[in-house]
Amino acid sequence: MAYQLDAHHAPVDSSVPLEYATEDGSLKILGFWIFLAADVVLFSCLFATYIVLQHNTYGGPTAQQLFDVPGFVTETLLLLTSSFTCGLAIFEMHRNRLQPMIGWWIVTILLGMGFVGMEISEFAKYVGEGANITRSAFLSAFFILVGTHGTHVTIGIFWMLGLLVQLLRYGITAITARKAFVASLYWHFLDAVWIFIFTVVYLTGKVS
Amino acid sequence: MLPHYFNHLFVTGTDIYIADVLIILTSLGIVGVLTYFKKWKWLWREWLTTVDHKKIGIMYIIAATAMFFRGGMDGLMMRTQLAVPNNHFLGAEHYDQVFTTHGTIMILFMAMPYLIGLINVAMPLQIGARDVAFPYLNAISFWTFFFGAMLFNLSFVIGGSPDAGWTSYAPLAGPTFDPGPGENYYLFGLNLAGIGTLASGINFLVTIIKMRAPGMKLMDMPMFTWSTLITSILIIFAFPVLTVALSLLTFDRLFGSHIFSMTHGGMPMMWVNLFWIWGHPEVYIVILPAFGILSEVISTFSGKKLFGYSAMVGSMVAIAFLSFTVWVHHFFTMGAGPAVNSFFGVSTMLIAIPTGVKVFNWIFTMYRGKIRFTTAMLWALAFIPTFVVGGMTGVMLAVAPADYQYHNSYFLIAHFHYTLIGGTVFGVFAGLYYWWPKMFGFKLNERLGRWNFWTFIISFNVTFLPMFLLGLMGMTRRMYTYPPGLGWSHLNMIETVGAFGQAIGMMFLAVNIVWSIKYGERDVTGDAWDGRALEWSTTSPAPEYNFAHVPVVYGRDAFWDMKYGKNREKYQVKAKPYRPIHMPNNSGRPFLMSLAFFISFWGFVFKWYLVGGLGLAAVFVFMYLRSFEYDTDHYISVEEIEHTEAAAGRL
Amino acid sequence: MSRMLSPKKRRGLAFAALSASVLLLSGCGSQIAVLHPEGPVARQEYNLIIWSFILMAFVGLAVFILFAYMLIKYRARPGVEKYYDPNLEGNRKLEVVWTVIPLLIVIALAIPTVKTTYALTQPPVQAHDPMEIDVTSAAWKWIFQYPGQHIETVNYLVIPTGVPVKFILTSVGPMNTFWIPELGGMEFTMPGANLGLWLEASKSGVYLGRGANFSGKGFAHMQFNVYAKPQAEFNQWVAQVKAQDPPLTMAQANQLVNHHGLSPILTFSSYPAGAVPQNQNTLMSGM
Repeated sequence: MAYQLDAHHAPVDSSVPLEYATEDGSLKILGFWIFLAADVVLFSCLFATYIVLQHNTYGGPTAQQLFDVPGFVTETLLLLTSSFTCGLAIFEMHRNRLQPMIGWWIVTILLGMGFVGMEISEFAKYVGEGANITRSAFLSAFFILVGTHGTHVTIGIFWMLGLLVQLLRYGITAITARKAFVASLYWHFLDAVWIFIFTVVYLTGKVS
Repeated sequence: MLPHYFNHLFVTGTDIYIADVLIILTSLGIVGVLTYFKKWKWLWREWLTTVDHKKIGIMYIIAATAMFFRGGMDGLMMRTQLAVPNNHFLGAEHYDQVFTTHGTIMILFMAMPYLIGLINVAMPLQIGARDVAFPYLNAISFWTFFFGAMLFNLSFVIGGSPDAGWTSYAPLAGPTFDPGPGENYYLFGLNLAGIGTLASGINFLVTIIKMRAPGMKLMDMPMFTWSTLITSILIIFAFPVLTVALSLLTFDRLFGSHIFSMTHGGMPMMWVNLFWIWGHPEVYIVILPAFGILSEVISTFSGKKLFGYSAMVGSMVAIAFLSFTVWVHHFFTMGAGPAVNSFFGVSTMLIAIPTGVKVFNWIFTMYRGKIRFTTAMLWALAFIPTFVVGGMTGVMLAVAPADYQYHNSYFLIAHFHYTLIGGTVFGVFAGLYYWWPKMFGFKLNERLGRWNFWTFIISFNVTFLPMFLLGLMGMTRRMYTYPPGLGWSHLNMIETVGAFGQAIGMMFLAVNIVWSIKYGERDVTGDAWDGRALEWSTTSPAPEYNFAHVPVVYGRDAFWDMKYGKNREKYQVKAKPYRPIHMPNNSGRPFLMSLAFFISFWGFVFKWYLVGGLGLAAVFVFMYLRSFEYDTDHYISVEEIEHTEAAAGRL
Repeated sequence: MSRMLSPKKRRGLAFAALSASVLLLSGCGSQIAVLHPEGPVARQEYNLIIWSFILMAFVGLAVFILFAYMLIKYRARPGVEKYYDPNLEGNRKLEVVWTVIPLLIVIALAIPTVKTTYALTQPPVQAHDPMEIDVTSAAWKWIFQYPGQHIETVNYLVIPTGVPVKFILTSVGPMNTFWIPELGGMEFTMPGANLGLWLEASKSGVYLGRGANFSGKGFAHMQFNVYAKPQAEFNQWVAQVKAQDPPLTMAQANQLVNHHGLSPILTFSSYPAGAVPQNQNTLMSGM
């Protein structure tokens, strides 16, 4: 249907979820989905690079020697749980319940912080063992792939912190709902990418 | 810690000093003029902070024109050096920089912004929209492109230009063989501009999917809008690959990683693959919109519907799909094996089929038409034979074993100049002459336009036709000089003459613009060429809100239909009263944020991580400020609309 | 209007004339190396070039004639009204025609392309045992090792005529390509990998070889002569090198590999193991 800029603010359609209620909101959500498609391409290239270079250890540590099972399993659990709590927050948003939404939102942020913290300590441990980015092509590709995901998560945390302030200030409106929904799309997407990292990098690396 | 190349921060050399002086004088001149005429406020309010797609389009076109002249100067320098054997006009190092910046600027800072500029100008008008989907993001797209281009150009005077070719193959472009900051400029400049391009792709796609005028089905859209839609999809899937390739090489150069290095298990081939997985779709990103322009111009000046509309759409979809399956043809000679070479050879040949369909459909659009030879039409017509030469030699290059003989030779250079100039540049000029009255309200002069056209097109062929032969004689690209006695000298001299002829042709365009600003024929009707699509139904230039009433559409060629077609009566509904129009606010933030990016990336170029980090922090602050901004738009009142429409004689 | 058309026609004519001259020159102009093949590999590539040119010239001619016809017949002029049909929007049959004919042309081109692509991975003649030459591009010089003869040359090459030569290509610097247009097309030299290329000279002569992929400052000077001689003369040359020229020392070898600069023509009667770094993987399929 045609889109009128006149409809910027006022919700025009109550038959759809709140985040889609303004034309502007539905445009932005579609735009973000397309951005995520582009981000899929970005990660695909990093995965391809990692897969090509993963055995080029140049006498340095291999994936099997390096990775620590309890560590990466805990990271995975933290991120998966955060994706679930993020879903709960959006669920509460759709029921128009601000307090529980904010609660789950905060839990999501905390779990994300836990994940990033663990990843930083994992990286620090590797670097301390001399397994840094300059050691081999395998480690270069590893740090860049996993680090890019970690950077995405970090940005997501700051983003959600900003939205937390806005939610507290304005409550659940068509605009804040759209913003929270888009952030949640991003968060679930990062979860999906992590599942691939878990499988392609950590599990495969540990097994082979 | 001062990096070791702090010492040669400022590039030395006579021509650089001349450039320095010229840059300083030009900058002072601009500052002086703006101050004298008290235009600073005007510049800021009307242009630097605008989110209006038409103004952003014009800024893209201005920047692209400037880059065309810069890249053209590079071309002239190369041709001067190669005019005679064993010439000493440029040394090897200097020549290497010049061909690198020539290629990079022409593809990424000339062809792309010209087309994105024309898309910005025309596409929203063609679909009857009041702006693009994300006007604020559109401003960010422009300013990141602009500052990316500025960063790249800054290398000329501060630090030294990149010199590993626009393809920047590792390991030549890696830290071992190319330690200076030049290559970093390439990486950061392109990455910054790439952010803007990706955002443009998303923006245009959402605009076309969601914001078409009521009644306009996908298969009713003007062909230029279709080409934009498909180009946007290509951008969205191709540009992240470039981002990754550039970033990986950046890591190799700045942080000592070994993705593309010769040692520690790195793989230089990986760069070649990533670069061309982006690079081949990229050539279609710069040709498909030109195809779209051609469809509009030929149909308009033949006074006819486009021949084979659905085949035109289908062939573009096919080309876009195939463009992701042919990248290896850029390196048949890298040992991929006969099976791979056969596959990519045949897939490349297949692209000729949908392209051929388009060429025949353009030709048959003129069948039983009334052809008006305006300058826009001349450019569009010249496109056909020129691009066909480029396309046919492209098929010859797709023959893998024959390519072993053409690869990297001047045969290849001739081929891609026939496609990129004969295709993209001719298309852009057709579009410029065609949409000029829509952008500025006056036409470019036709007589000067013909001088511009004929000088350029004859010189173009004088320059590039002999290159096919030179390639078969064994001359390879990127040679800064060659010995006498190989039979290359005469042809090289002819090419150089042609190159200067093209420069003269471009001077006619410059003269034409200046002359037409003063004396050009004003377009008071809004319909300068007896046009077919909706952009011609509003005034020239279009008002801020594009259309006082959003048009309702009943089929293809809506404006033609409105004027002469079978739905004429349906279009003549009683004028409704105006209603206030909701428009986005201007903002200085896209400009400032991109400036912060520029400063940050400039810091990274020199490994000044403090500058880089602070700049990035500023970028994030600007993003946060945007997130917290809730007063983002305003209404244009009915009185103001009435006033504007009355002034245009439309009330 | 016709005045405006004539330069366009002239351009068409110029192209036709050039095309004709390309074909003519291929017979006599030895300076157009690619069109003057002197060995079976270059000959096969030449045949494909000519075949693809003929097919494309056919298409190009059809397009140019149709194009000129439309421009002349339907230009805005008195009397054009009687043809004018603004609502004409397509013709399925015609569109099928200009889809199917190009498809047939692509098939006619694809079949010999694939055949030759595979054929070029094999030695050009089976009758004679091939010899091997290991090629290394350095910044900015060509190092040629003859493992069978155990001699090394720099910046020139001597090969026997009528013998398939298996070039094993690598690089110790930036990528380059190894190209001797009269003998055949090029192949990349890449650090860390060996690529293969079969070439053969049918008759004696001096052929110009060149690096064809930009590799830095000295790239334009990476030109070398290839001397093709009958087997007996080649053997004589080898014996002479063995008798007269100095052996390559490891220090000299390192200098050649690591020093960035040009080099004069050099000849060595032997070379030490590891004179150029050895690669693990050989991609002979890539020929």
